[in-house]
Amino acid sequence: MPEEMKIGCARPTGGPVGDNIKTEQKEKPIESKKEEIMIKVGQKAPDFTAPAYQKGKFINVKLSDYLGKWVVLCFYPGDFTFV
Amino acid sequence: MSVDSVFVHKMWNDNELSKMVKGGVPYAMMSDAGGKVGTIYGIYDEVGGVETRGRFIIDPDGNVQGYEVLTPPVGRNVNETLRQIQAFQLVRNSKGSEATPSGWKPGKMTLKPGPELVGKVWEVWTTDKAFD
Repeated sequence: MPEEMKIGCARPTGGPVGDNIKTEQKEKPIESKKEEIMIKVGQKAPDFTAPAYQKGKFINVKLSDYLGKWVVLCFYPGDFTFV
Repeated sequence: MSVDSVFVHKMWNDNELSKMVKGGVPYAMMSDAGGKVGTIYGIYDEVGGVETRGRFIIDPDGNVQGYEVLTPPVGRNVNETLRQIQAFQLVRNSKGSEATPSGWKPGKMTLKPGPELVGKVWEVWTTDKAFD
């Protein structure tokens, strides 16, 4: 029977159950994680494009379009997650 | 920016956030499916499949001036972010001739780094200024 979940500020996620063969394959993305280097202050912010919702419209945002302005880029765990 | 789709962003803005902020969220609510952008910014949590609370201040040249990363249950201090932007703007406008000491906010004294100030900060700046 499904159990009731304890709800916190991160979005609940699931994953495969049993069968450990798949976990070995999962080590590949972890390898790519080693290449991750934390952003350094004083250095260029990596450019990106992302779909967005703004004032009733769906738009495509490109970070470099904001050159010449101060930008605050905020990440958060998920919509409707309380905090 | 979060891993939610733009459609969920719309629902969240229209049904909840617009009740907290008149007119709704004015800025772009970006979608980062799979955490690709979050990964290059070093704040994506692969295990949870979500972005952590990363906040980056980027100057007009596209350089990162500061960042802060928190785990999900603790919210940010918006006033501190605004204070930091004001400090970075002051430093930029002074072309680096001024620096903002600990606890600086608009209207408070800045420091003018140079040979004459070496070993003399104690004469012009006291630690209580970091807390007022």
